[in-house]
Amino acid sequence: MTMHFLLLFSRQGKLRLQKWFLPLPERERKKIVKDMTTMVLSRKPRTCNFLHWKDLKIVYKRYASLYFCCALENKDNELLALEILHRYVELLDKYFGNVCELDIIFNFEKAYFILDEFLMGGEIQETSKQSIAKSVEASDMLQETMEEYMSKPAF
Amino acid sequence: MPAPIRLRELIRTIRTARTQAEEREMIQKECAAIRSSFREEDNTYRCRNVAKLLYMHMLGYPAHFGQLECLKLIASQKFTDKRIGYLGAMLLLDERQDVHLLMTNCIKNDLNHSTQYVQGLALCTLGCMGSSEMCRDLAGEVEKLLKTSNSYLRKKAALCAVHVIRKVPELMEMFLPATKNLLSEKNHGVLHTSVVLLTEMCERSPDMLSHFRKLVPQLVRILKNLIMSGYSPEHDVSGISDPFLQVRILRLLRILGKGDDDSSEAMNDILAQVATNTETSKNVGNAILYETVLTIMDIKSESGLRVLAINILGRFLLNNDKNIRYVALTSLLKTVQTDHNAVQRHRSTIVDCLKDLDVSIKRRAMELSFALVNGNNIRGMMKELLYFLDSCDPDFKADCASGIFLAAEKYAPSKRWHIDTIMRVLTTAGSYVRDDSVPNLIQLITNSVQMHAYTVQRLYKALLDDISQQPLVQVASWCIGEYGDLLVSGQCEEEEPIQVSEDEVLDVLEGLLVSNLSTPVTRGYSLTAIMKLSTRFTCVPKRMSRIKKVVSIYGSSIDVELQQRAVEYNALFKKYDHMRPALLERMPIMEKTGTNGPAEIVQTNGETESTILDTKHLPNITQPASQANDLLDLLGGNDVVPVIQTTVPTKPASAGGELLDLLGDLSLTGGPTPTPAPSVPMSQPPFLLDGLTSQPLFNDIAAVIPPMTAYNKNGLKIEFTFERSNPNPNIAVITIHATNSTEADMTEFVFQAAVPKTFQLQLLSPSSNVVPALNQGSVTQVIRVLNPQKVRCYCEPRPHSASYRSRSSEISPFILKHLQ
Repeated sequence: MTMHFLLLFSRQGKLRLQKWFLPLPERERKKIVKDMTTMVLSRKPRTCNFLHWKDLKIVYKRYASLYFCCALENKDNELLALEILHRYVELLDKYFGNVCELDIIFNFEKAYFILDEFLMGGEIQETSKQSIAKSVEASDMLQETMEEYMSKPAF
Repeated sequence: MPAPIRLRELIRTIRTARTQAEEREMIQKECAAIRSSFREEDNTYRCRNVAKLLYMHMLGYPAHFGQLECLKLIASQKFTDKRIGYLGAMLLLDERQDVHLLMTNCIKNDLNHSTQYVQGLALCTLGCMGSSEMCRDLAGEVEKLLKTSNSYLRKKAALCAVHVIRKVPELMEMFLPATKNLLSEKNHGVLHTSVVLLTEMCERSPDMLSHFRKLVPQLVRILKNLIMSGYSPEHDVSGISDPFLQVRILRLLRILGKGDDDSSEAMNDILAQVATNTETSKNVGNAILYETVLTIMDIKSESGLRVLAINILGRFLLNNDKNIRYVALTSLLKTVQTDHNAVQRHRSTIVDCLKDLDVSIKRRAMELSFALVNGNNIRGMMKELLYFLDSCDPDFKADCASGIFLAAEKYAPSKRWHIDTIMRVLTTAGSYVRDDSVPNLIQLITNSVQMHAYTVQRLYKALLDDISQQPLVQVASWCIGEYGDLLVSGQCEEEEPIQVSEDEVLDVLEGLLVSNLSTPVTRGYSLTAIMKLSTRFTCVPKRMSRIKKVVSIYGSSIDVELQQRAVEYNALFKKYDHMRPALLERMPIMEKTGTNGPAEIVQTNGETESTILDTKHLPNITQPASQANDLLDLLGGNDVVPVIQTTVPTKPASAGGELLDLLGDLSLTGGPTPTPAPSVPMSQPPFLLDGLTSQPLFNDIAAVIPPMTAYNKNGLKIEFTFERSNPNPNIAVITIHATNSTEADMTEFVFQAAVPKTFQLQLLSPSSNVVPALNQGSVTQVIRVLNPQKVRCYCEPRPHSASYRSRSSEISPFILKHLQ
C-alpha cells in the first residue's frame, strides 16, 4: 500500500494535517494540496470515494467536518485504503476520546505522532490498535517525565 | 524577556482572527518573536517555538528559518525536543536541502539510543524522508536493528529497510540475511512489515523473487491461520482477523505465483478458501476479496478458480456500495482481454451501470462496454450505447462517439446499419465527434457503393433539420457534392425517395456558405461541393451561371483557404473548362491504410504502434538477400552470410577479424581487390554496404557494442571503443586508442576515415601526432558517426600499406553494427 501522501482538511479547505511520503519541494506540495482540496470538495454526495489524478488513485473519506484524503499507486487496493483511513480515525478516537476536528487542530503534533506509529514510508507498520495506543502512551509518559523534572510545561 | 506564548495559546489567538489580513499580522508578529528567540539560542523554549512554527507552516506561511532549529532539537537530550525536532525535520526539510544531511549523525546516534522510542523516532524519520546518501550511511544500522528481538524496533527497521531499498536498490543484498526468520514471527506488526519488505525485494529483483518462492508454503500457512483462527480482539476488524496482513500476504503471493506453475498450484486451495469464506457484508471483507481476485487473475490459476474470481466481480457489480461497483468495473476492464467469455456473462449488468449516477462508474462502464462488443451482440450493445450517447455528459460524448465508430467499423452487420449508426451519432453528438472522424466517415461512405443514394438522402434530410453540428455538415456537404445526381434523381432504394430539385440543393449548400454557424472548414467543403455539382447536375445555363457567380464571390473572401479554392475553381471555369468534368468526376474507392481512426479506448495503443513499425520494415528486408549474394561473390565466398543472419553480436566482430585477415592477405598478394574503390581517394566510399535496415532481431542487442581491436600489425595497434551519444542515439561515438609496441616512436601519426554518403563523420582532434614507443602511451581520438538510416556497414582497409614511419590513412576495418 504505497501511499504517496495523506492529507486532512476541513470543509472550508483548511489544511489540518499533511503527511508526505515522497520528497517533494514546498511549491509542489502546496499545489497538490490545492488540487486535492478543490477536487475532493467539489465531489457530489453519494459518489464513490475514488478519483483519478495524474497516475495516482485518490481515496478520500469524510468524517464529520474533516476530509481524509490519500494518494495511492495504481496497483494498490483502494478498498483497503478506506480501511486504513478508518483505522487512523479509530486510533485518533481512542486517544482523544470522541475525537473532533478541534482536537486535531489544537493537538496536531499528537495526530502526527499517532500517525507515525501507524504508517511509515507509506506502508502500515502496525495492525494492532492496542499496540499503537500503548506505544503512543509510553512515549507521552517519557515526555512528561522529563518535563516534570524540568517543572516547566512542554509547550 | 517574557516566556514565549504557548502553542495552544497561539492557536487560539490565531483562530480569533476575522480576516486573512488580521491573521497574517498576528503570524508575522509571532514569527518575529520566534526569530529573535532563535537568535538568542534559547534552549528552553526552542521546542515550543518550533512547534508554533510548524502550526504556522501548516497554515501556509514560510517557516524555513526553523530548519536549523529542528536539527538542534534533534540533537537535544530531551525526548520532547527530539519528538518535535524530528516532526519538524519531516515537515520542513526534504532531500533538496543540504541542511538535512546534517541530521545523519544525530539519527545514527539515536538509532543506538538506549530508549526504544528514541530509536523509533530515528527509524521513522529515516524511513520517511531519508535521502540516498543518508540511506547509504545508515543502512548498516538499520540492518542491525532488523535482527533485534525487540519487535517494536524490528517492524520499524523492516519498513526503514524498504525505504532504503527504494532509494538505493544496490543495498538490497545486505538485507537478505536478516530476512531469514522474519516470517516465523508471531507479532503481527513485524509480520506485516516483513511481508512488505519481502514484496519490495521480490518486485525489484528476479533473483530475489526466485529465492523467496520457497516461502510460499509458509505464507499459505500464515494466511490459513488468520482465516481459521477464532476471534482475536487485537486484530479484529468486523469479524475478520487482521485484514491488512491478509491483503499484504495475498499481494506477495500474487508476485510469487506469477508465471510459476508450482507456486500457483500451491496457493490454489487457500485462494479458493479465502474467496468463498470471506464475509462480504462490510467493506473490509470486500477489500480482501478484491485482492484475492487480483491475485487469482495474475497467477497461473486453474480455470475454475478464474471463473470464481470473475463471478465475484460480477457479484460486486450488483452491490449497493458504489465503491465496490467501481472497483469491479476497473478489475473487469483489466481482465476482459484474457477472460473475455467469462466477462461477457455479466454484460447486462455492466450495461446497466451505464445508467449509474456516478460519473466514475459511468466512464468505467462505457470503456468496458466497448471492450465487450463483438459480432454477436453488436446490435443490442449499440442500442444501449447510442442511448447512452444521447444522455451522457459532454465529457463523455467524444470518447463514446469514437468508440461507437470503431465498434461499428469492426462489427457492422450490414452497410445500411453502419450508415444508420453513423447518422445517429452525427445527429445526436455531431459537435463532439473528433475531427479525424470526418475523413474516416467519408472514406467509409465512398466505399459503400450501393448505399450512396440512401446515404446522401439521409444526410440531406439531416441538413435540412440542423446545420449547427459541423462534422455532420461537413460529411453531408461532401456527400451531396459527390452524389448530388443520385439525390435529385430520386434513386434511393432503401427508403422512400424524396423529391428535391437541383436548385433546392444549391440553396442548401449556399446557405451553409453564408451561415454564421459554419466554420471555415465547413465552408470549404460546401464550396467544393457546389463546384462538383456543376458536373453532376444537368448543364442548364442558368444553373451554371449561378454556380459561377457563387464561386467568383468567394474569390475575394478574407479566408485564404476559401479564396484559393474559389480562384482555382474560377480558373477552371474560365480557362480549363474542358478539364472540369474529368477533374470533378466521382471519387474512386479509397484504400484503407489501416486503423488510423481515433485510438482505441482499451489500452492497446502500445501494440498498434509496434505493428505499424513492423510493416515499415518488412519491405526492406528483401533487399539484403541480393546484396548478401553480391558480398559472397565479391569476397569469393567467405562466411559473411552467417554474420548477416546471426543474432549473436560477437560473431560479426570475429567475422570482421576474418575479413581483416582475408583482405590483409589480398592486399599483400596484390590479388583482385574486393573493394570497389581500392586506391581511389577519400571521396569514394571504400566500405561495402549491405542495406540491412533495422532488424527486430538486433533491436535489443545493439545497445552496447563491445570494444574491438581494429588493427594490429607491425607494432601498431588501434582499438575502437563504442558509445552512443547521449542526446542523439543515432550518433555513435567511437574512440580510437592507438598504441605502439615497437622501439621507435611513430611520428606524424594521422588517422583518417571515410564514410559512405549516407553517413556523416566528425573527426575530433587527436591527443597527439606521436605514438610513443613500447606502449608507453597512446594516442586517442574521438570520431562521431551519424548513421541516420541505421545502415549496417562494413569497412575495409585500404589495401596499400604506407611506409613504416608515416603510417597514415590506415582505415582499419571495423564493422558498425546496427545502430539504433
